[in-house]
Amino acid sequence: MMTVLKVENLAKHYPIKGWGKKQQSVTALKDISFEINEGEIVALVGESGCGKSTLAKVLMKLTPATSGRIELFSEHDYQDEKTPRSTDIQMVFQDPYFSLNPRKKLWELIADPLLIQKKASKEDAKIRALELMERVGLRTNMADRYPHMISGGQRQRIGIARALILEPRVLICDEPISALDVSIQSQIINLLLELRQQFSLTLLFITHDLTVVRYLAEKVIVMYLGEIVEWGDKEALFNNPSHPYTKALLEASPSIFGQKKHSPLTGELPSPVNPPSGCAFHPRCPIAQESCRQKRPLLREGDDKRLIRCDLV
Amino acid sequence: MSALKLYLKLLLPHHGALFGLIIILIFALMAIFAPLLAPHDPYTIYPDFLRIAPGLATTSKGLFLFGTDDVGRDLLSRLIYGARLSLLIGISVVAFSSIIGGVLGLVSGYKGGYWDTVIMRLMDILMAFPSVLLAIVIVSILGPGLLNTIIAVSIVAIPSFTRLIRAQAIAEKEKPYIHAALTFGAGPWRIMLKEILPNCGAPLIIQGTLGLSDAILNAAALGFLGLGAQAPLAEWGTMLADARAYIESSPSLVTLPGVCILLLVLGLNLLGDGLRDILDPKVGQKR
Amino acid sequence: MILSVKNLNVSFPAENGQCLKAISNLSFELKEGETLGMVGESGCGKSLTNLCLMGLWPTQAIIEFDELIILGKKIPRPDPKLWQDIRGSKVSMIFQDPMSALNPTMRVRKQIFEVFRFHRNDINKDQYEDEAIQLLNDVGIPDPQKRLDAYPYELSGGMAQRIMIAMALASKPQLLIADEPTTALDVTIQDQILTVLRELIEKYRMALILVTHDLGVVFQNTENIQIMYAGEIIERGKTKDVIHHPSHPYTDGLLKSLPESQKNQAKLYSIPGVVPDIHDRPPFCQFAPRCPKAQDLCDKEFPIWHKNNFSTAYCHFPMDQDNK
Repeated sequence: MMTVLKVENLAKHYPIKGWGKKQQSVTALKDISFEINEGEIVALVGESGCGKSTLAKVLMKLTPATSGRIELFSEHDYQDEKTPRSTDIQMVFQDPYFSLNPRKKLWELIADPLLIQKKASKEDAKIRALELMERVGLRTNMADRYPHMISGGQRQRIGIARALILEPRVLICDEPISALDVSIQSQIINLLLELRQQFSLTLLFITHDLTVVRYLAEKVIVMYLGEIVEWGDKEALFNNPSHPYTKALLEASPSIFGQKKHSPLTGELPSPVNPPSGCAFHPRCPIAQESCRQKRPLLREGDDKRLIRCDLV
Repeated sequence: MSALKLYLKLLLPHHGALFGLIIILIFALMAIFAPLLAPHDPYTIYPDFLRIAPGLATTSKGLFLFGTDDVGRDLLSRLIYGARLSLLIGISVVAFSSIIGGVLGLVSGYKGGYWDTVIMRLMDILMAFPSVLLAIVIVSILGPGLLNTIIAVSIVAIPSFTRLIRAQAIAEKEKPYIHAALTFGAGPWRIMLKEILPNCGAPLIIQGTLGLSDAILNAAALGFLGLGAQAPLAEWGTMLADARAYIESSPSLVTLPGVCILLLVLGLNLLGDGLRDILDPKVGQKR
Repeated sequence: MILSVKNLNVSFPAENGQCLKAISNLSFELKEGETLGMVGESGCGKSLTNLCLMGLWPTQAIIEFDELIILGKKIPRPDPKLWQDIRGSKVSMIFQDPMSALNPTMRVRKQIFEVFRFHRNDINKDQYEDEAIQLLNDVGIPDPQKRLDAYPYELSGGMAQRIMIAMALASKPQLLIADEPTTALDVTIQDQILTVLRELIEKYRMALILVTHDLGVVFQNTENIQIMYAGEIIERGKTKDVIHHPSHPYTDGLLKSLPESQKNQAKLYSIPGVVPDIHDRPPFCQFAPRCPKAQDLCDKEFPIWHKNNFSTAYCHFPMDQDNK
């Protein structure tokens, strides 16, 4: 199986401006390494502030990485490119309202990537846009409307159509359903799965909703405070989570099956300006020991071929 | 078209703005149809009819409704042609300053950093001087005249546009739709002109309307000081200046151009304020 | 009885002189210590209902009801003044966004003391500090003494929501209305907040109305449930029963469309169409145009309440429970 996206030791620091003191920086991503094979659906899971959106931004070249390597289709220079390779990798945004320019008609929004890439004339681009509107389940007679005239679910369909018009092979979905109503969420998930078949897409699905991950993903990457803490097959991770944070996440996710009997995770996400020493998770970890405070665990191989960043399990 | 209809629908219940719009339309019609409306040529001198008082009395050369000025030109005709000149100055100034100010604002807001610092400090310098004073300085350098008036008043008006567009660009550039455009490989100019600029429409319309009134006022002030449009051009400010000497004997010569300036500026300000009320709170955004 | 509402109607005047009905003929009751989940999608009227119960409806809304009894006090007419001694002292409310509900210019201490000053005659000023610390302890805030001096911007979202809960409890209410209290929070923080809420409800024997769109949250935290759709309650019952044996086709569809109910990319059910716009609601059954079980009758007559072993549903043709 071909590796479409390979990330090695990726790091991202944001400098903090301040008076006086020496320049500080926030570590948004640290030591991120993973790879995605062709046709896979990989879920990137974590809570806000864990760096999952920053990772998407780095991959889409919206912000430069501080260090590390990104390979797209085994070409080694993607990390040095300034602009995204739009025809290979595309993104669906979280907020279906603010990710559409309010002053553009729906067909213009979808056709825009083609026009920007100068792949088609305006007439051809419109024809392609109308085709895609149909494929994402929108009536083409809406083409001349503006984003504020349609519903949230329809807007997200426009966002998906727009991301697909250049026929990319990798699609990053950054929380594509979390701004939508429950009954609309299932429509969009179905659509994404359908289109994945039709366009033979590789999906990187960023979300905080574990029920969606369980349903959709094939592999799961769990992030905490800018680091990958566990990475492996979905079945393995869900049936037998190893990292204490993965366990806590699974237990905290509210389910309509079975009452919970656990006690919640204590504490909150530490500030990335002042990350804890040693293991980033140790202040909240139920099984933390003295050694966790001293030494930062490395990503090592665990059961079922998974990778895990914890020395105790 | 539907947007225009929507604005009109919102404008109608807003009495101030509607009143302003009517005044402006009257002046605009006057300006457009000046040759048809004016009873006399504004530059023809009737040596026998110097400083005739306004009235309905018919003379051998026809009716002088608003009287004549000190060299015997028909005041009404000159006022009508003056509307043409004032609006011409105002519109050119707004066009010129909004384009330059808009581009500077977009670059400053979107690019940020070095660009922002340089452009905004430049604008701060321009804004440090009172606007009329600065216009006087520029005209003194360039020399008096209509074109130079337009240039001077435009330069004075640039900072307000720059600041406005910069603020808008800063607000817009962090929105996801700009990120989306970037992921399609859009370059900075495309983003500035095709993504951000269309979203500056409402504030631009408001600032344009208010800028028009400022420009007309400033141009009239320059004309009055003898630095703007030169005699015999029928410009309200210049007319006002020429008639100063006769303020006691023929008060109408001073009053009427003044009233014209007042009405037009009032109309523009009323419309501008009304538009601000109507357009600013997210009209066309969510519903 | 904590609360009894009969035929609450809320409408908004429209441009053309008509009235848009946001909530129609809503009736329900709440017993002491009961925990009730109100579930529905955005625009179904669940938040508006609770604003009405608090006397906080939007000014342009037109409110009508046949009967409204809050904590034994009958409210004769919809006049916000009549809520003054109920609001805050006997009924408290917490909102989705704690940051905008807290006053950004006031320290936490002062905001809690304000509540004491208005609603707690049983304690005097010297006891305020101790009582406040006790409250912050209750909601699980570490180092409460220090937190009292904090300004809201210094708090994380989870901490701010805990403070909001503490303030809501400061007046010792008998009913707490929580409107999407954890929607803006992360899963692990949501879990913490809901656990605190559960413990406190039990400790203070409060009744709770939990408004949310998240069926998992309702399932874990409430004993009864009512499902709302387009301004109406369409199903009610024990939470467990309704979620595991839904009767109304809408509830059924909603549950079937959850990713949790399917395994491994098997196609999810999705309810066809969209929630009807408030300008354009069906005359009778609100769900009929999207309903797989709808028949001619549904477009001609109002639905009736059907009761089965598990729940009551406002529907002519509820789901058949025997086939499950």
